Amino acid sequence: MSTEVAVIGFAQAPCLPSAGTTSGVETLVPVLGRALAEARLDRREVDFWCSGSSDYLAGRAFSFVNAVDAIGAYPPICESHVEMDAAWACYEAYVQILAGEAETALVYGFGKSSAGQLRRVLALQLDPYTVAPLWPDSVSVAAVQARCAVDAGVVSERAMAEVAVRSRADARANPYSQVSGVFDLDDLLAGPYLADPLRGHDCAPVSDGAAALVLAAGERARRAPRRAWISGMAHRIDPQGLGERDLTEVPSASAAAQAACLPGDLDVAELHAPFTHQELLLRAALGLGDRVRINPSGGALCGNPMFSAGLARIGAAAGEVMSGRARTAAGHATSGPALQQNLVCVLEAS
Amino acid sequence: MNGVDAPPLSAPLTISFDYTRSLGPVLSRFMTGLRERRVLGSRTADGRVHVPPLEYDPATHAPLTDLVEVAATGTVTGWTWTDRPLDGQPLDRPFGWALIRLDGADTALLHAVDAGRPERMRTGMRVRIRWAAERTGHIRDIACFEPGEGSADPLRLADEPVTVMTTPIRLSYTHTTSADESRYLRALAEGRLLGQRCPVCRKVYVPPRVCPADGVPTETEVAVRDRGTVTTFCVVNVPFAGQRLEPPYVVAQILLDGADIPVPHLILGLPADQVRMGMRVAAVWRDRASWTTTPENIAHFRPTGEPDAPYESFQDHL
Repeated sequence: MSTEVAVIGFAQAPCLPSAGTTSGVETLVPVLGRALAEARLDRREVDFWCSGSSDYLAGRAFSFVNAVDAIGAYPPICESHVEMDAAWACYEAYVQILAGEAETALVYGFGKSSAGQLRRVLALQLDPYTVAPLWPDSVSVAAVQARCAVDAGVVSERAMAEVAVRSRADARANPYSQVSGVFDLDDLLAGPYLADPLRGHDCAPVSDGAAALVLAAGERARRAPRRAWISGMAHRIDPQGLGERDLTEVPSASAAAQAACLPGDLDVAELHAPFTHQELLLRAALGLGDRVRINPSGGALCGNPMFSAGLARIGAAAGEVMSGRARTAAGHATSGPALQQNLVCVLEAS
Repeated sequence: MNGVDAPPLSAPLTISFDYTRSLGPVLSRFMTGLRERRVLGSRTADGRVHVPPLEYDPATHAPLTDLVEVAATGTVTGWTWTDRPLDGQPLDRPFGWALIRLDGADTALLHAVDAGRPERMRTGMRVRIRWAAERTGHIRDIACFEPGEGSADPLRLADEPVTVMTTPIRLSYTHTTSADESRYLRALAEGRLLGQRCPVCRKVYVPPRVCPADGVPTETEVAVRDRGTVTTFCVVNVPFAGQRLEPPYVVAQILLDGADIPVPHLILGLPADQVRMGMRVAAVWRDRASWTTTPENIAHFRPTGEPDAPYESFQDHL
């Protein structure tokens, strides 16, 4: 049993407005291949497979069972699934390795957000008695949160637009991003509201995509060409009722960061913030100072494939460590409405 | 993959179903209250009143049984505006979404505000419930909120308490096939059955798919005959909604000649109790004029009259 776990490989599909088949299998095959190649691991050396996805996205039952074709489940393999972003599948795999149940794991997430009407489909994650039957869409729910934050003075529409400008500029270096480029702050602020106070640039695009991450325990990780050690990982949840908490704060992100021992000298944070104001709320909740580079990948604002965008944040943070650009990095993932659930994964070089 | 293809086939797919949910003691009283134009909240040990009601105290974890009535008028604590309402939302004209703290409550509920135009929305605005004309004990008994004070008087109804709520769900998708599935379906429209061979295990899959044993795309195209062997089957005796045939009838796994994975289909043309493993069957195609890119081009399979295939010939394909 090892107490050390590292990320040894990562790959993602390009974030696209619409990508091929609804099944996800064809999207996953090359992504899994590249992640394993980076980790120098054969498919049959993977002890544990874990995925994140949702049937509601594709509108077909047991879509994750269908996707198992992509991993070659014969002879029988050890596999699990979470109906959440695959960052939570990563947590499950991490625990499996810590528990000595596996030495290596491959985590993957996929989603074809474009098959249905994403912001409407996401209404089904809300309380099924008193909220979901009203079909509040995910953009409107986020906009109510943004309004609360603007009213409280913790964010401004200008600061939100600055997040979009920085993210899109950084995304130019990320070949997997869907949105990128140089944008003028005032031009963005002159745009119409999508859902007051959110404009188009405040919202992540609807993206199809997939991602895969390879984990390994101590000695096995040291044999991989590159690695980023996980020094802590934790997730927490806030109440489901949107009116049950102060939407301008993210207590579950703070609690997860504390439990994961987020270091004070962090170099990079990849934050899973599908809306600009959420990045600002998360920076405050995680206590990230000005010296922390936020989302050098461009973040979810520049490509937000459901169920893999959070895992991709961990992969991007690991990539910063593996490449030597950072000694410490954090990958963050969110799930549920208005930053209800948050996961923090701390990665270190040595 | 096999060269350049026409774009993958896609088609609209609408799924709908009713979620029927038991309410439990707290939400039952809440929904029963809505039917009487009353809003009930639950009081936690710290004295706070939660609307919508919580079922358990988040601090003490005790069941919450102390429900109190709050006003049908309240204050907006957060809002946004929607210009183009989506299917199923409370209003079909532009409206505001708002978190609303009803007078007497300490938490806010999310609902629609029929304010006419966005300029009328603001944090702190006063709103009141517009009740649905017909109420059934459902959150939609609150039709929406509207700017203003006061509300219709509560009623005293002698009806049974509401214990179940039903919420219809309707979702529309565009379902898109893979390139391989598209080739398979297009061949079906020409009366041909296509398989593809896995480059690793050499098995032929019909319809083509990523090889589930090896995790690689199947590559070589293989024509498969429209006749084969029943490997296993079941007799459907149970009637169900949407059933097209009168039970009993047989659904079988059919190993087409040249394929390694059986396909499911109907076996008709003989009494259900005469279908057997190893029976040789052939496809019965519908009228050619009706062929499209669907498996329905084959109406069913029927016995060919050939001798049964020996068990050894299909034992590895069960």
